[in-house]
Amino acid sequence: MSEVQQEVSVEDRSLAMSCAVLGAAVGVFGIAFGVGSVAAGGSVAMTCVMSLLVFTGASQFSAVSVIAAGGSTAAALGGASLLAARNAVYGLAMSRTLQGSLLSRLVAAQITIDESTAMSTAQQHPRAALSAFWWTGASVYVFWNLGTLIGALAGNAIDPEQFGLDAAFPAGFVAMVIPHLRHRSGRRAAAIGAVACAVTMPFLPAGVPILCASVGVLVGVKKP
Amino acid sequence: MTWTLVLALSAIAYAFKATGLIIIGSRQLPATVDRCLGLIPAALVSALIVNSTLSGDDGMVFDARAIGVAAAILVASRRAPLVVVIITGAAVTAVARAAGLAT
Repeated sequence: MSEVQQEVSVEDRSLAMSCAVLGAAVGVFGIAFGVGSVAAGGSVAMTCVMSLLVFTGASQFSAVSVIAAGGSTAAALGGASLLAARNAVYGLAMSRTLQGSLLSRLVAAQITIDESTAMSTAQQHPRAALSAFWWTGASVYVFWNLGTLIGALAGNAIDPEQFGLDAAFPAGFVAMVIPHLRHRSGRRAAAIGAVACAVTMPFLPAGVPILCASVGVLVGVKKP
Repeated sequence: MTWTLVLALSAIAYAFKATGLIIIGSRQLPATVDRCLGLIPAALVSALIVNSTLSGDDGMVFDARAIGVAAAILVASRRAPLVVVIITGAAVTAVARAAGLAT
């Protein structure tokens, strides 16, 4: 086996393990979502269709919590849409990697979310970036929907916070942002993004501070 | 909860996801735009870290997550694999929470 092949297979193995661990954390949140959605008056079918079609966790939790608090459908849609908007920015970033047919891009769109984008763009080689996108997206999709179904049917959940799983995502993103910090422009964009998010969090609605972080990409306007 | 909400949110969420991928497609972009797009993950993933570590019902809170994520940053800066970083973040948060630290 050549050195390059060996390197790839090591990458593949660690990718599979990362997908499994991320998937498990996502699955537990899926269960919590299923329970919460049914408690908010959703049927099992509605709950599962939401996870299959909407497939963006933060938006789904937000919509269900607005409904559970007695809010209107319009209010639930508004907050959830603000949280979903960042996926459009991820699509812009992923379009450099996802250069396949229109059909394959339309399928990829459904799994263009935080985890798949962060995991893919953390890879060094274009081929690894592509497989990281699909494997991460697919494993999150499967675990999120399985979790939703289990939660919707079972009606009670283990508390993800008891196991610190709410910190599993920011911890994973820490590891995924590191490759972007190797270049000065990446470090600057990351610092501006983090600060823009932190200063706007106290007064802007959920989801908008992450959009504000996009200002960090303007670092790229200047030639390196 | 209604089917209207489920289907409307499905359409909105998919529209957002597809927009970014479709509008650029396989077009060749000016170098400046390309450099900016390349910086999206750096800017947004670092914002996600801040957001998912400090988000609270009213703006920002410092709780057990901040301790867990600090531990994750420590092990990640020592080149620990992703799986180790994730497990460290979750485990330290769980322990800090059980110990009643910063909750």
